[in-house]
Amino acid sequence: MDLTIGPVAFFWSAEQVRDFYRMIAAAPVARVVIGEWVCSKRLPFWQHEIPGAAECLIAAGKEVALSTLTLVTLKRERRQTEDLFASGLPVEIADLTALRYLPQGQPFWVGPTVNVYNEGTLEWLARRGATRICLPPELPLASVETLARAGEAAGVAVEVWGHGRAPLAISGRCYHARLHDRAKDSCQFVCGEDPDGRPVETLDGRAFLTVNGVQTLGHAHMTAAGQIGDLDRAGVSALRLSPQIGDFGAIAGFYAGLLGGQAPGDAVAKLRDLLPGAEFARGFLDGTAGAEPCL
Amino acid sequence: MMELVCPAGTPAALRAAVDAGAHTVYCGFADETNARNFPGLNFSREELAEGVAYAGARGAKVLVAINTFPRAGDQALWHRAVADARQAGAHAVILADLGLIAHAAETHPDLRLHLSVQAAAANPDAINFYAETFGIRRVVLPRVLSVEEITAINRQIDIETEVFVFGGLCVMAEGRCSLSSYATGLSPNMNGVCSPASHVAYSEVAGNNEARLGGFLIHRTPKGAPLPYPTLCKGCFTSPSGGGQAQTGHIFEDPVSLDATELIPKLQAAGVRALKIEGRQRSRAYVAQVVRAFRAAVEAAEVGEPMPAGLLSKLTEGQAATTGAYAKTWR
Repeated sequence: MDLTIGPVAFFWSAEQVRDFYRMIAAAPVARVVIGEWVCSKRLPFWQHEIPGAAECLIAAGKEVALSTLTLVTLKRERRQTEDLFASGLPVEIADLTALRYLPQGQPFWVGPTVNVYNEGTLEWLARRGATRICLPPELPLASVETLARAGEAAGVAVEVWGHGRAPLAISGRCYHARLHDRAKDSCQFVCGEDPDGRPVETLDGRAFLTVNGVQTLGHAHMTAAGQIGDLDRAGVSALRLSPQIGDFGAIAGFYAGLLGGQAPGDAVAKLRDLLPGAEFARGFLDGTAGAEPCL
Repeated sequence: MMELVCPAGTPAALRAAVDAGAHTVYCGFADETNARNFPGLNFSREELAEGVAYAGARGAKVLVAINTFPRAGDQALWHRAVADARQAGAHAVILADLGLIAHAAETHPDLRLHLSVQAAAANPDAINFYAETFGIRRVVLPRVLSVEEITAINRQIDIETEVFVFGGLCVMAEGRCSLSSYATGLSPNMNGVCSPASHVAYSEVAGNNEARLGGFLIHRTPKGAPLPYPTLCKGCFTSPSGGGQAQTGHIFEDPVSLDATELIPKLQAAGVRALKIEGRQRSRAYVAQVVRAFRAAVEAAEVGEPMPAGLLSKLTEGQAATTGAYAKTWR
């Protein structure tokens, strides 16, 4: 197994983006997916960083793909999606809309927000040219095992959500704007104030969710650190790490160590050192609630 | 006239909907193949065949929703549902999963396919992809679109559109939401349930009533005040803010339901072919009342008369209604 860095979910400044990918160029990861994943209104603020970041990552020996948006609705967004296929880099589709623009025979990757729940869907995508699929975080291990086998047979590398706040929902409505009594069209880019997302707690003070513009994520960081053996045996080929503010190079290093056979020991305790104050969840692999905390 | 597509969770509700003037009724099998997989609800194979006959004798059609995402290793259950719906004489099946759609198109080329709202096809490209690749004949539009956007979509596609006008309201793109499984382990996509009753707990704490989902507090109201069902995205939460004031309230959506009656003439002008009413979990009496009201509304729209006012006031009493994403300001 190796590591994939997923697209940045949050609204970061151009400078933050540049620094992040410089750090990742030196990190022990095999590939990186870059692109605006959540809201097309953010893209003009940082898209000029994409060519440089891609170049620097490729020079460092990483594979690089460009991500589409998770929810494509506007005409502008459809055009942007179409343009991605002419970039010369692999495209990771986050919305099936992109298939309309996929040139015949061009290979592509599939991100975790596309519903690949079963072999039928995986095989159909493989016939269409998918070479790599990151499964939706919601899937239990039994489904992952079946899909990894199907992927092997169909020549598709299967990835699993390895680390980070999982994307749980996408909406037409911007919750960041709503929290500021604004509508999406007059948001004034308030999501930029929360580069790790804005926390949502229950009325009795329990951390629960994270709002990120039109996207809702879990509060807990899901980690597959305790299930790497199972995933390896299942034939999963990569873990996906989802970017956040902080020393993400160290986090990538931590997972690379686990993949390299380092005994997990108290993996979560080590993660806690890397991300002080964070809560960790085992995620959906056990078939329980995704928020179920790591003990 | 715009087609009225009405819910039926039971054979009795199906007959009630047809008798009340439904042009079309949609229902599902009593298992996890449909997105209203609630105890005591839905149809056996025999009941479906009887329902199709009952509707057919009165000029109405039956659609079968097979709109969850088949479980890996267990696709046969979903494949069988499609074959059985066809066998029972359903007018069409409503599907969401790419692999299942591909299977249905290949195995049953004569079967009419509708794209479920759970497929979240929210633009002309996605819709045309499904239409061109699989011969999908109708798309149920996700509830993230404004009337203006629906108008624009209809100009760029050749298949029929169906939109929700009444009932429960998803604020997230349907079929792409794991909030329920994050809190409970059960989701619309995999299990056909959202915020399931099996994971709801009510309690009374210090003069307040509390409703929890999977242990997470979703609603807290003073004793005596109504306590809404704890649907996750309609809950009351707090959002602390680094720089500013913490916000407390319905951060995603108020506990409202959708009522787009007033927009029916606009939806008709937008080229929408069919109007859909949510609520397969609702009683036969509710279904009859809503269907009767909406039949009057589509008949009025057909001859350019104003929408009959107050038709559904009884049903929405005590509960706020919204036109949702159809009005652009909702976002």
